[in-house]
Amino acid sequence: MTAILEMRGITKTFPGVNALDNVNLTVEQGEIHALVGENGAGKSTLMKVLSGVYPSGEYEGQIVFEGEERHFHGIADSEHAGIVIIHQELALVPLLSIAENIFLGNERAERGIVDWSETYRRTEELLQRVGLKESPRTKVTHLGLGKQQLVEIAKALSKEVKLLILDEPTSSLNENDSQALLELLVDLKHKGVSSILISHKLNEISQVADRITVLRDGATVSTMDCHAREISEGDIVRDMVGRSLSDRFPKRDHEVGETLLEVRNWTAHHPIHTDRKIVDDVSFEVKAGEVVGIAGLMGAGRTELAMSLFGKSYGDRISGEVYLRGQKVDVSTVEKAIASGICYATEDRKQYGLVLDQTIRRNIPLANLKGVANGVVVDDHKERIVAEEYRKALAIKCSGIGQKTVNLSGGNQQKVVLSKWLYAEPDILILDEPTRGIDVGAKYEIYTIINDLARQGKGIIVISSEMPELLGTCDRIYVMNKGQFLGQLPIAEASQEKIMSMILQKGGMAA
Amino acid sequence: MTEATSTRAPAGRPPILDYLKTHVREYGILLALIVIMAFFQISTGGILLKPVNLTNLVLQNSYVIIMAVGMLLVIVCGHIDLSVGSVMGFIGALSATLIVNYNIPWVPAAIICLAVGALIGAIQGYWIAYWKIPSFIVTLAGMLVFKGMMMALLAGQSVGPFPDGFRMISTGFIPDLFGGDGLHLFSLFLGVAVAAILVWLSVRSRAKEQKHGTPDEPFAFFVARNIIVAGAIVWLVYLLATSRGLPNVFIIMAVLIAGYSFIARQTTIGRRIYAVGGNQKAAKLSGINSERLTFLVFANMGMLAALAGLVFAARLNMATPKAGETFELDVIAAVFIGGASMAGGVGTIVGAVIGAFIMGVMNNGMSIMGIGIDWQQMIKGLVLLAAVIFDVYNKTKAA
Repeated sequence: MTAILEMRGITKTFPGVNALDNVNLTVEQGEIHALVGENGAGKSTLMKVLSGVYPSGEYEGQIVFEGEERHFHGIADSEHAGIVIIHQELALVPLLSIAENIFLGNERAERGIVDWSETYRRTEELLQRVGLKESPRTKVTHLGLGKQQLVEIAKALSKEVKLLILDEPTSSLNENDSQALLELLVDLKHKGVSSILISHKLNEISQVADRITVLRDGATVSTMDCHAREISEGDIVRDMVGRSLSDRFPKRDHEVGETLLEVRNWTAHHPIHTDRKIVDDVSFEVKAGEVVGIAGLMGAGRTELAMSLFGKSYGDRISGEVYLRGQKVDVSTVEKAIASGICYATEDRKQYGLVLDQTIRRNIPLANLKGVANGVVVDDHKERIVAEEYRKALAIKCSGIGQKTVNLSGGNQQKVVLSKWLYAEPDILILDEPTRGIDVGAKYEIYTIINDLARQGKGIIVISSEMPELLGTCDRIYVMNKGQFLGQLPIAEASQEKIMSMILQKGGMAA
Repeated sequence: MTEATSTRAPAGRPPILDYLKTHVREYGILLALIVIMAFFQISTGGILLKPVNLTNLVLQNSYVIIMAVGMLLVIVCGHIDLSVGSVMGFIGALSATLIVNYNIPWVPAAIICLAVGALIGAIQGYWIAYWKIPSFIVTLAGMLVFKGMMMALLAGQSVGPFPDGFRMISTGFIPDLFGGDGLHLFSLFLGVAVAAILVWLSVRSRAKEQKHGTPDEPFAFFVARNIIVAGAIVWLVYLLATSRGLPNVFIIMAVLIAGYSFIARQTTIGRRIYAVGGNQKAAKLSGINSERLTFLVFANMGMLAALAGLVFAARLNMATPKAGETFELDVIAAVFIGGASMAGGVGTIVGAVIGAFIMGVMNNGMSIMGIGIDWQQMIKGLVLLAAVIFDVYNKTKAA
């Protein structure tokens, strides 16, 4: 085999920081090469060096692509050579069609006039290659995230890509879409497109990767060949964190008590298409000290259920009853929901969780400003003490509580969001995708926090698309599909297969 | 993902430089005002800081500053209010109609005017907050509507003059309770007292901070800032005291600035306004009633525009159909020069006031120098642009 890409001795420094220190990465022709490491390990920086975002001259070391040393000065350069990077946050224009997006900046045109028939014909070919059955004229906004990801890949293919780089491609996809995407990568590999896959999802990596390179603190730790020997997830994790995480989930020792929360016949309709039921007659309960999971595919209505419970933040024509310790409570506004002891930590911390431009110290008391105020006057010093307390308790890594949350890593941002809700002193805390896009070490810390809360007798609801996470943290799992609860599994009986088959069988019937 | 660069603190840089870098905007704006004042003080041959001119400067800019205080909250909340100039003109006309044409005593008339201003703001705020109509549109409509209503009320005439009591709002000076001779002792006393209180407050606050860890602000900055602020207040008041003392409107302004500064920085409602402007969705999901806040912010803006209208009418001693024209632009410019962000969530009352003074000093200084209105407009426009470019440059450099 010959190498399509060799990065030799890449060193990149930012003022005061060695972001990359003598990193070597070799990608063979026709392989899927997984790049893993904790957040901040330098994966993104390395890819920015490769794609020319940090132009040649701003780093030390050599990039050899297809046997030639290259000096990229921008994304246009690297794309021209055949290296295309697809970012975690998709870069599609929602209100343009698939075809327009694919050829954006690369229009099929003659003398500035777009040749639409050629555009659509080529788009159809590309969509076929990625296995997406949609009209080229469909607007991207009508596509789910999984399909949008495929459009991105089709766009890359339109540029005659030789090396495809995917940064966390499945982080917001459900199981089915993730599988489809991974199969597509394997398919492309057989057709000669090599790829670098950056991912936190180790099961996916074990499934498709030919080789795995682990980065830690800006240096290459190891490169493993998946065909030479069996690589376990434990091997990868050990190299990533530099220590053995014998268990990815901390031990649980809390006791489940009395029923805390009871939701009866909860129904919510779509805010625009008001006759569509998004949450359909859902009833469930959570006991004190219990961690309850809600499993389901994307679009099952889990987030919608949680947000409609949390002060009607989602949906229209909401009906049903909520009881806390047997007392009926009013959750019709967020304020009332918080006051009655129900809090919801969003799945989208940047958009819905944090005021990014403000400091850690300002964000933490936001849901309970009264706690740091005398009357209407905010007590600066009380606020400072509270923020310091949570910084220490949750081990938020920052330069200080005066740091703006926009400058924190994903895991630390999530800890600030959690701090905010912990300070609101909930009885019931709903955590929506609490570990999305954060690294293994930080995940472990978040699980520890969940366990601590349960030990304090709070009721926790965890919504997650990562089934191992639910299996590792919960006492009981409800399975949801198409707005309905299909049933529940005590943790002793739950398995990934059981949950999936529940969704497929009963979900199919409900449709 | 930029964790690699951000989670590790840059080592080896002195904390003072770091602090200066993150707070360059706050000190920069104050420095800019000082430099501009120094420039005009020299180029006008010392006229700028003559007590008479200083009094004039305060009177001339009082209505812009009064409105800038309200506009800052509107802009921090993530909105804009284009109607303030027209509302101000309309209220001036209303006050003239009530006081001059209907002979209503000026105190109840002024109260009615403030209430009408708040009502106007509330109506606009209602559409913006609860119907989610963009504030640009609502207040653009308001700008036309209230301009028209003012013209209808005045029927193209100027209405005046006002009774003395009303005129004193703008043209009067506080009485000298201490009976100073040649020097307005009571004014000076007030100035020194305020400066002392400010210093005492900031010393107390720093002491508390020290008890719970290290303060953010380096000690040298803390001392320098307090000396400059206290010194400037005492000196300014001394200059005014050598003339006729503090104008009534100066007291109104000072109370508004102090009051709103406190509300913005130190109260839960202020915190909530900044949170709503910074990220409305996150604020709502934190239990903050963003609609009610937006509504209140606009109602407050309407009331302050009404107050500015009264001050302006009292100063001119009549209501004219020209009153308030394009004032909204001066007010908005002052807020942005003062460091507020168009996207919301960022800005300070004191910054907006300094921004207004920068505009005011430039107007005043260039007029004294005899620079034509054409050049004045161009220079003011460029200063606004430069201030915002400076902001954006700082932001991209920091990121």
